This record gives sequence, structure tokens and C-alpha cells, in this order.
Amino acid sequence: MCSLEKRGRLFILKLTGDGEHRLNPTLLDSLRSTINQIRSDQSSSQSVLITTSDGKFFSNGYDLALAETNPSLSVLMDSKLRSLVADLISLPMPTIAAVTGHASAAGCILAMSHDYVLMRRDRGFLYMSELDIELKVPAWFMALIRVKIGSPAARRDVMLTAAKVTAEMGVEMGIVDSAYDSAVETVEAAVRLGEEIIRRGGDGHVYGKMRETLLREVLVHTIGEDESGSSVVRNTRSKL
Amino acid sequence: MCTLEKRGDLFLLTLTGDGEHRFHPDTIATILSLLEQAKSQSTRGSILITTANGKFFSNGFDLAWAQTAGSITGAANRLHQMVESFKPVVAALLDLPMPTIAALNGHAAAAGLMLALSHDYVFMRKDRGVLYMSEVDIGLSMPDYFSALVRAKIGTSAARRELLLSGKKIRGEEAVGLGIVDSAAYDSEEGVVEASVRLGEKLAAKKWSGEVYASIRKSLYPELCGILGLEARVFATPKL
Repeated sequence: MCSLEKRGRLFILKLTGDGEHRLNPTLLDSLRSTINQIRSDQSSSQSVLITTSDGKFFSNGYDLALAETNPSLSVLMDSKLRSLVADLISLPMPTIAAVTGHASAAGCILAMSHDYVLMRRDRGFLYMSELDIELKVPAWFMALIRVKIGSPAARRDVMLTAAKVTAEMGVEMGIVDSAYDSAVETVEAAVRLGEEIIRRGGDGHVYGKMRETLLREVLVHTIGEDESGSSVVRNTRSKL
Repeated sequence: MCTLEKRGDLFLLTLTGDGEHRFHPDTIATILSLLEQAKSQSTRGSILITTANGKFFSNGFDLAWAQTAGSITGAANRLHQMVESFKPVVAALLDLPMPTIAALNGHAAAAGLMLALSHDYVFMRKDRGVLYMSEVDIGLSMPDYFSALVRAKIGTSAARRELLLSGKKIRGEEAVGLGIVDSAAYDSEEGVVEASVRLGEKLAAKKWSGEVYASIRKSLYPELCGILGLEARVFATPKL
């Protein structure tokens, strides 16, 4: 389902196997528990997370076939992904998505929940498919889209044309940070970026808090944080 | 003053005649009723294109009619009436269950520009026509939904400043650069309309569900929808 590798101060989380990495309850639980493992690691506040995948897909979104058998599972999957994204937003370390395959709908949201998005340019696309498959879009997805995609025209193109965004298009639209010639090069670049970030130093706890304020609008939707700005207290380890 | 034609999948809304297509309460009521007609006849693959004849797309509210009230209070009341009655037009466009394209044949000022910006796509001419928010020049305050529409559709603070605070008459090329319109590559009224029809046909071919389209569109602009009293209700109901 997913694997965790530690390379120096880099945590490399991988969605394993050749399938579509559909975000079903089991995979979501596995991802959350791995993120918790990372968070409680001793070196976590001087580390970086890289999330990537095997095969043709980063993630093709929720397990819709499963939801068809039992509609309450779509509520469950959404709730679990919401918690996972809240965990990523509060994670006390920079996060990099090395997108080496297609990322659709909830899978695209998962990629975009990372601070940096690096993507291969030879294959694969980011695709908010909901308009095409007539899936209504959760409000919290839209909050993330609004925060992560700055241009109103780009947001319209992503959501209202269900654009299949290649890495090159993504860079132009400001969704993808940089594009690489292959899957291997994308991961290598993520590793290089991770190592550069670690060299710069800095306290991951402060970083995580900063990120929470930047993505406050998303947290309001994901954990029902109160909009007045008082934040849920998590790992406060202020230097003061 | 205003006609609605159906050409295959396309609804063509035209502000007719050679004048400034100012929005008098009667014009506003007609536009609203034609939009309601388009909505009631909409099917999968429907598209709306709005355009006008002559030198102007629209020069905004009928201020001359407001002045003929005979007193300052009377004029203010008439202006207020037009502002309030135009709000449902913006709401109707945001709510319309089909993609919408504004084909600017000529000048679009104040409420006329707001009509254009209420569409999903805006095309204008490169050779003729300007965009102009005249309010700062004539000392009119900005209705709340005008500002919300500008904030929703125009992404950079520099562009918003140029549009609202400079009293500038913005031509096609600059409008594209500022992200106010999608394209200004056309040298004639026919050119703009043709480009709109081409885009319209491309979008129509997707046969999207109008209800899903409108729902996703509204979720892109939650602040504006709030002010317009439009429920941007988004929830995941997987439909396979």
C-alpha cells in the first residue's frame, strides 16, 4: 500500500504497486499512520518529506467503485483524506510531492497538499475530473484549489474545463514548481531539493505553524478550525 | 433592445441596436427574463454567448434616466434601483447551468464591464473597444457585488488597482496582460463572435451536466456567491 524509507533526514513515502493507488479507507489509514510515525520521529523537525509513487499513477482519486457498493464509504474516505491533509498541513517539516504519474481528483488534491510539486513532463497529468464524471466537489477541495492556484483563469481552467494538466502546463499555471524528463529524474530532483532545504536549516515546528497560517482557509474546512484565527494547539515548542 | 437566439447548442444573447446599450430598469428586466428563458431551455452541451451590436458592448447604467428624476434624492433612488435590480442578472449568470462567454464587440464600462466579467470567458477586440471602470472618475461608489466580482475574477492587486483606481481606459492587449480578459486577438466584431462560437462548440462537445457545471462554478467564487445570496452548496455525491 505504502512504504516509508529514510535517507539521512529525508522521509520518502511511496504509494506502492502498479495500480491506481485509489484512496480507499485502508490506504488512507496506512498513509495517516505513516505520517504520524514521521511526525513522532526524533529528527522530524529537521527533516523533509517526499511523497511519490510506483507505476503509472500518483493516485487516481477516491475508490469510487467501492463507494458505489456502499455510499457511506464516500463520506468515510472524504473524512479520512481530510484528516490526512490536515496532518500534512501541520506537519513540522517541508513536504515535496514528486508526481511521477497521473493525479486525479482526490489524488490531485493529495499532490497539491504538499509545499512543492515536482512533476515529470514526459507522461501523466493533473486532472480535476469532477466535471467530467459528475462528481460534486467538496468545499474543502475548493479551499485548497483557491489557496494553491493563484490565477482565477487557471482555477477556472482546472475546475471548469476539467483540464488534463501536463507538467509544462502546470508550471505555466503556477500549480507545478518544476518539470523533469522522467520519473527517476523527478524523484532525484525532489531528493536534491529536500537536501538543499535541510542544509538551509530552520525549525520544522516553526515551519509547520507558518504553513498552517498560510493554509488557514483549508484548515477551517478540514478540521473545522474556528475562523477567528485561534489555532488548535498541537506541538507547541516555541523557542521563547 | 435585447434578443435571445438559439443556434444549435448555442444561445446567443445580443444587446441590439447602435446605441450605448445602457442598463435602464427595463433593459435589466429583459436581460433577466432572457437568461431565465435560456436556463429553462438548457440541456447538456448548452452554451451562452453574450454580445452586442455597434461601438459599445455596454456603457453601464442609464445615468441620464437617473438624472431626469428631477432631484438629487430622486436620482440617487433611481441609481439605487438600477444597482439593486442588476444584482440578480449577475446572480443569474453565476447560476446558469452552461458555460458562458462574453464576446465584446466594443466598449464595456462600469455595469457593462460587470456584465462581461459575470461570464466564464471574456473575449475582446484588439483594434477597438476599451474596458473602463468609470466610478472613480464620476464619483460613484462601488456596489459591494461589483467589488466582489472584480476580486473573484481578477487575480493580482496591480490589475485590480489599474481597473478600479486609475480611471484608465484599458485596451485589448493590456486587458489580456492584466488577466481581465482571456483573449484580445480579434480585429473585428465578427472575429470576436467567431472565436466565441469556436470555444463554445468545443465546450458544448463535452456534454457536461449543466447542474454540475453551475455548482462547480459557484464554488470557485464563494465570497461573491455569499453577497449575491447564491448558495454555493458543494458536496460529494458520487454518481457513477
